[in-house]
Amino acid sequence: MLHIPLWKRVLILAVFVIGLLWAAPNLFYARVEAHNDALVEAEKAGFVSDAQQAAIKLWPNWMPSGLVNLGLDLRGGAHLLAEVHTEDVYKARMSSLWPELRRALADQREVLGAVRRLPGPADQLQVEIENPDQMAKAVEIARSLSTPVVTLTGAGQSDLAISASGKVLTIQLSDAEKSATDDRTIQQSLEIVRRRVDEVGTREPTIQRQGADRILIQVPGIGSAAELKELIGTTAKLTFNPVIGRSNDANARPGVGNVLLPSQDEPGVYYILEDTPVVSGEELTNARPSFDQNGQPAVDFTFNPAGARKFGAYTAANIGQPFAIVLDDEVISAPVIRDAITTGSGQISGSMDVAGSTQLAVLLRAGALPAEMTFLEERTIGPELGQDSIDAGRIASIVAIIAVVAYTIASYGLFGVFASIAVVTNVILLLACMSAIGATLTLPGIAGIVLTVGTAVDANVIIFERIREELRRGRRVAAAIDNGFQEAMSAIIDANVTTFIAGLVMFFIGSGPVKGFAVTLTIGLVTSVFTAIYLTRLMIVVWYEWRKPKQLVL
Amino acid sequence: MAFRLKIVPDVTNYNFFRWQSLTFGISAVAVTISVVLLLTMGLNFGIDFRGGTTIRTESPTAFEVSDYRTALSDLDLGEVSITEVFDPSFGENRHVAQVRIGATEDTQAMTPEQIASVEAALKTVDPEIRFAAVESVGPKVSGELIRTAIYAVVAASAGILLYIWLRFEWQFAVGGVAAIVHDVVVTMGIFSLLQLRFDLSTIAALLTILGYSINDTVVVFDRLRENLIKFKSMPLIDVMNLSVNETLSRTVMTAVTTALALTALLVLGGDVIRGFVFAMLWGVLIGAYSTMYVAKNIVLWLGVKRDWSKPDPDALPDQFTTQP
Repeated sequence: MLHIPLWKRVLILAVFVIGLLWAAPNLFYARVEAHNDALVEAEKAGFVSDAQQAAIKLWPNWMPSGLVNLGLDLRGGAHLLAEVHTEDVYKARMSSLWPELRRALADQREVLGAVRRLPGPADQLQVEIENPDQMAKAVEIARSLSTPVVTLTGAGQSDLAISASGKVLTIQLSDAEKSATDDRTIQQSLEIVRRRVDEVGTREPTIQRQGADRILIQVPGIGSAAELKELIGTTAKLTFNPVIGRSNDANARPGVGNVLLPSQDEPGVYYILEDTPVVSGEELTNARPSFDQNGQPAVDFTFNPAGARKFGAYTAANIGQPFAIVLDDEVISAPVIRDAITTGSGQISGSMDVAGSTQLAVLLRAGALPAEMTFLEERTIGPELGQDSIDAGRIASIVAIIAVVAYTIASYGLFGVFASIAVVTNVILLLACMSAIGATLTLPGIAGIVLTVGTAVDANVIIFERIREELRRGRRVAAAIDNGFQEAMSAIIDANVTTFIAGLVMFFIGSGPVKGFAVTLTIGLVTSVFTAIYLTRLMIVVWYEWRKPKQLVL
Repeated sequence: MAFRLKIVPDVTNYNFFRWQSLTFGISAVAVTISVVLLLTMGLNFGIDFRGGTTIRTESPTAFEVSDYRTALSDLDLGEVSITEVFDPSFGENRHVAQVRIGATEDTQAMTPEQIASVEAALKTVDPEIRFAAVESVGPKVSGELIRTAIYAVVAASAGILLYIWLRFEWQFAVGGVAAIVHDVVVTMGIFSLLQLRFDLSTIAALLTILGYSINDTVVVFDRLRENLIKFKSMPLIDVMNLSVNETLSRTVMTAVTTALALTALLVLGGDVIRGFVFAMLWGVLIGAYSTMYVAKNIVLWLGVKRDWSKPDPDALPDQFTTQP
């Protein structure tokens, strides 16, 4: 019958109170945000400034301080969808394999004869062997350079796919290695994008992998997508290569093992460099903006011990020779080595301004992107537009709640008041859940909340209509209420599960606005079932125990 | 007797099948017209699905669309459309335009240089202009977005179909899904007819319509199942009428509360989500209609097994004949 055990009452009230507490910070959005930002900054810096102390005091520490994350369409900011050209890495792997293979094959020159690389697709290594009858030997040598693939699906496979036909030995990455490489490339790109975005210190950027080769980047508060693109789109691949010569001819043939690269600040000048670098940017441990001896902006860098050793050995052996600093396939400068640099630190100077040197330092510190990225989708939303949308959404939500509450009370009287309390609680719980899990509220999400307000009444309506029917059949009040709740259950569950299915599909398949809407819709469903079944029932039971009505008008 | 606002009387006895052929005819015609419209006029795809760039401009001074057009005509941008956005919530000194530029490149979104040149050209017309939002979608992604959107609608329908099948009978599942397909197709027909912008948000709205419509249908089905067990000998058509009548006040009540909430959003929510809310509001109305006039009729045609108390004898395995 109409009895709810004490522990259940306490539990329902506890959920209500906890919901209220978790939702509360959203009422003081700016203050809590300042508080949270100051805490993060203070932790990063390791000490607390006065301004931060004041900001921290804006919100008590014992209160929950989670906020509903505002989406870009509400806060303003930039959104980018980047595609990573994972096949770039295959090419890099093949070109770094070539010197190694050449050395290994050359050791067996008397058996194999002369060896040369044929032009072919960049992700393949095609090698011509003079004595085709010794191909088995060549394949064996090539195989000795391969290593097993370490992944769950590719276990037992080798990283190189080696095939031979006639005089030509063809080596490429095996399929298992390709997929493992793709995965690593994306992980690495994600990490580097994250570090680059973090360097500029904006709040809560979203950097996510999407699908096989996509990265989604959303940065609130940044001025434009173009700005963001400039920051993360640069490859920043730094190498130091031996210089063979200089040329003014863009079509000069650099020769095998060499490359022809343009100079950055001297138009029409090209450098012929050895393709294999002495040291590369991966071995940098630090880079920071500075000024050179002429007072021009420059970047100071430091190598790790291995890099420092290689750099020292090379400079010691090549005093008087030019040495090229190459950034993103452009020669920044090619200074002549005066003496051995064994300290492992150096300086890049060239034509750059202070902003340029700062950005270069950031890029070098964060590391090079392993592969090129192109941008498939760019969105910039201005902060004013976002604020407008929040204001409009807030007013609309309040009016919607008032209209729904008025209509519900007009239809069901006191029970309508209960239903209205449940609906308002529902919105509070929804916001609390979103704050707790850090879900993002978007403009379609606000529409989702408003729709939830509309449909949250539904579960209550199903129950009340059932109670009405039971009353019409002449049941006593307690029995009518009890039966009403029981009979309504299956309809409520079925109806909500079907909508829930639609919501889940939207969440997992959808992107952008579809996802934002799905988040509030699905959370709203769960909270509305809770409020309708437990909270409304609790209110009705308490009311019944207090008034002991003989009669109920519904 | 306390005051109660009742749009639907306590006990109703409408015959929902009286105009069965008429309503079915209307639905069939609406679906046919929608399909024809979709095939002939097509949808006014937003940049999400077509690729391209939209720029939302705001200016305190009034402007002429033709001035903007002239300013952009020298830039060789391909297809450009400029519309002025009106909204009651904008004050006197707020003039908003939406500039849409078709996709120009094959693989990428618009280059920053192009966007900068567009912004510069518009600034010469109106120095006070601000760019509230710039969005650019490459054709490669837009194709995928269409595909995932279709997957989402199909997957949601399939999930719902499966759930109703498990919880009820297959006839209900077919009826329910026919109703949501009806709603989705007719809604898309309206979008085609009025050439409203169809983008990712619209897909979200379609999925909501789907969820709402099925929600409504399931409540009636639930009652129907209950009544089928209770009134074993009553003709199916009468049981259906009874079930709809019994749930009518709930159907109307919920439709009204939802419509109230959505109307508030439609009027006050700002122009950015107006299309989205319009689709949802329309969906609530058509969802209520399809529950009463589409889902049930199909179940009626298909017929249902009436007696759930005993297992179907045909479905039982023949235990003894398999013995040698």
